[in-house]
Amino acid sequence: MVFPCIPPNSKRCIMSPEGLTKPEYQVPDELQSQVSLTTLDRIYNWSRLNSVWPMMFGLACCAIEMIATAASRYDLARFGMEVMRPSPRQSDVMLVSGTVTKKMIPQIVRLYNQMPEPKYVIAMGACASSGGPFKGGYNVVAGVDKYIPVDVYIPGCPPTPQALLHGLITLQKKIEGESLKTVSWYQKGPSVPIPVPVLGPDLIDVRKTALIREKSKPAPETEAQEPSAGDVTDKPADGEIAAA
Amino acid sequence: MTEEMLINPIEKLTEQFPADWLKADERSGYSGYIVQREHLLEFARTMRDDYGFDYLSMVTAADYLEEGFFEVVYYAYKTIGGPALVYKVQIPRTDAVVPSLIGLYPGADFQEREVWDLLGIRFDGHPDLRRILMWEGFEGHPLRKDWKEPFFEEDVKPYKSRWPEGKPVFIDKENPFDDNVQYPEGFDPDHWTPDQDTLLYAGLVKKASNEEFKTDQLVVNMGPQHPSTHGVFRMVVSLEGETIIDLKPVMGYLHRNHEKIAERNTFLQNMPFTDRLDYITSMSNNFAYALAVEKLMGVQVPERADYIRVMMAELTRIMNHYFATGFLLNDLGAYFTPSLYSIEERELILDIFEEVSGSRMMCNYFRFGGVVRDVSDHILKKIHDLVYDRLPRKLESLDAYLTNNEILRSRCEGVGVLTAEQAIALSAAGPILRASGVPYDVRRADPYSIYDRFDFDVVTGNHGDIYDRYLVRVEEIRQSIRIIKQVLRDIPAGPIMTGKPPYQVRVPAGESYGRVEGPKGEMGFYIVSNGKPNPARYHVRAPTFINLTSLAPMSRGEKVADVVVILGAIDIVLGEVDR
Repeated sequence: MVFPCIPPNSKRCIMSPEGLTKPEYQVPDELQSQVSLTTLDRIYNWSRLNSVWPMMFGLACCAIEMIATAASRYDLARFGMEVMRPSPRQSDVMLVSGTVTKKMIPQIVRLYNQMPEPKYVIAMGACASSGGPFKGGYNVVAGVDKYIPVDVYIPGCPPTPQALLHGLITLQKKIEGESLKTVSWYQKGPSVPIPVPVLGPDLIDVRKTALIREKSKPAPETEAQEPSAGDVTDKPADGEIAAA
Repeated sequence: MTEEMLINPIEKLTEQFPADWLKADERSGYSGYIVQREHLLEFARTMRDDYGFDYLSMVTAADYLEEGFFEVVYYAYKTIGGPALVYKVQIPRTDAVVPSLIGLYPGADFQEREVWDLLGIRFDGHPDLRRILMWEGFEGHPLRKDWKEPFFEEDVKPYKSRWPEGKPVFIDKENPFDDNVQYPEGFDPDHWTPDQDTLLYAGLVKKASNEEFKTDQLVVNMGPQHPSTHGVFRMVVSLEGETIIDLKPVMGYLHRNHEKIAERNTFLQNMPFTDRLDYITSMSNNFAYALAVEKLMGVQVPERADYIRVMMAELTRIMNHYFATGFLLNDLGAYFTPSLYSIEERELILDIFEEVSGSRMMCNYFRFGGVVRDVSDHILKKIHDLVYDRLPRKLESLDAYLTNNEILRSRCEGVGVLTAEQAIALSAAGPILRASGVPYDVRRADPYSIYDRFDFDVVTGNHGDIYDRYLVRVEEIRQSIRIIKQVLRDIPAGPIMTGKPPYQVRVPAGESYGRVEGPKGEMGFYIVSNGKPNPARYHVRAPTFINLTSLAPMSRGEKVADVVVILGAIDIVLGEVDR
């Protein structure tokens, strides 16, 4: 069986309407140019992946390469991604472009929580992926994935614009593979926000409070442990911690 | 102040003061004077008022753990040019207090706060001594030699094998929390109240509210995630209507512990880290660091390498000023079109960097005693085409579109004014200082490398406003093109490195300060070596960090829309501000 809408020996192009048509469904020849038959998943993903709006959010060196990618030579607009939104409420993908520090991670988690579903995170560069050259530093988070889930990691210090584009295309491929039936944002129940870390004597991941309490207990003394009084602002109660 | 004092001031300074005030620093490899803590203020005032050292360039401190004292180091210059006056105060580690110089030099403000934050030295008389890079409540002062970070492995690099017995060692797994954190013993996370920036908000100037119009004061936080703050920078602005009453910058959101990491690294391992300070001008950072270490080692740089260095530094300056101008227009609201043009020129220069060093942004190109790779004729031809054709042509069109543009002029003229006296007192550097009418350029005032051979003008402005800063930058691009033309004319053939490139450099004990006129101002590295393969103290004099001291005085009384432009005209890069 030959399908005239897809040129033989060519890779399926996800951006073309021809690519949308599912080969199993026959469209009569006279309707070829007017009608495409496809599945809901494919049209849903096709429309999403060609307008992934990044959040205008630069952390460090990688942000400069991100700007260079958005500029005329590398032209992010070719992928429908040039609309950088300064507000998390309007953006689809967060490009964590640079070193994540302990002082900054509460804000990053908060921004991530504010983004509407579906949302994606790209860890751009060595620092965002793992801490990179600054991993040993006392104010550096060893990879943003310690706190928020990451979809695509881009290696490089900083990644070249070509590498960033490759990462974004990889994200498009990931989106293309999703299905309405399984995506998390159409499941039952509300999505749980990630608890915002607290700046203490060092960064406090509130999901690990029990561990911190146990490990930093002075060795000889046995201190009565009371549950959280709830008077501390900016901090969820213990029950939420266990749930998360 | 006599003329003789101006020309020849620091010879036999000890004879000018009572014997117990100060003594010459006679440690091998050190220079300057050690001043008694009690007489510091008096000494600094005399040097400023009678000897003309009106520009306090750098304040830092070093921890001498074995000797048991802290040393606070001051580098003062004259704005008419000449070498530095170095003075130090030694204080015991148990009683770490020195008088603050903020009354004499307001530019010491942030630097003293940084020393307090990272080394825990109190500055008596500082009105706002809060932590600046870390947050209030953080445990310990990280740059003290006896303070260890959570991922501490060994004191200095190179570390032992991370593959003992054929299995990798992950530092994360050694930590009880599987993360880069540590807590003091007995810490109770349930009863911890995080700092709510109370001190920060309390420090804002309050004005009696205006009875006639019933206006109220409003405190607005801009940043750290804000499209106009050039990265993760935060300003707390106190407003009455639209007018700014007071402003406080908050930084540290990109503090990635450059100095602590650098003190564990070997000298050569630090070179790629300097790239990541001001990530737009990596070549210029390399230059300053190479100068500082070469001063200690006493190596001579071959002629050809010197010319290549100057060429790369000037290309960096062109690139940076293009970028800064484009983004200044962004801040003015000409959203992205002008910066697209400036990024286009920047890409051409990045192509050259990629060809010589292998990397677009993080060049890592300089070495102690030369540069790492030679520049081929093909690249020289490319640079030739750029400086003789493309860049001047594009600069003229930039000039034609922008310089007399009515909107640009009305937004920038008379906004964010800094007078010459203010600029000097606030230790502003680079285009900010020169736009205020102070002809201070390290390339001229205290020539390094081979800058004394070239013919160029020190560009100054008259009004000290944003428009003059823009004009200074545009004119500096022209001067840089002029220097590169002379380099291309004179560049000799020959080696690019003194001797064989060593794996590990030997740096004799001592201290040194290497500084260059970076695109954003005086970029300097203060290095103390104790003869080991690692620097004992490594400090970066970051121009934009110190230029930010002048943000609040420039913004008071302006409108809130203009503060974005004022910040844009300082041209900050957070990698350097926070280090």
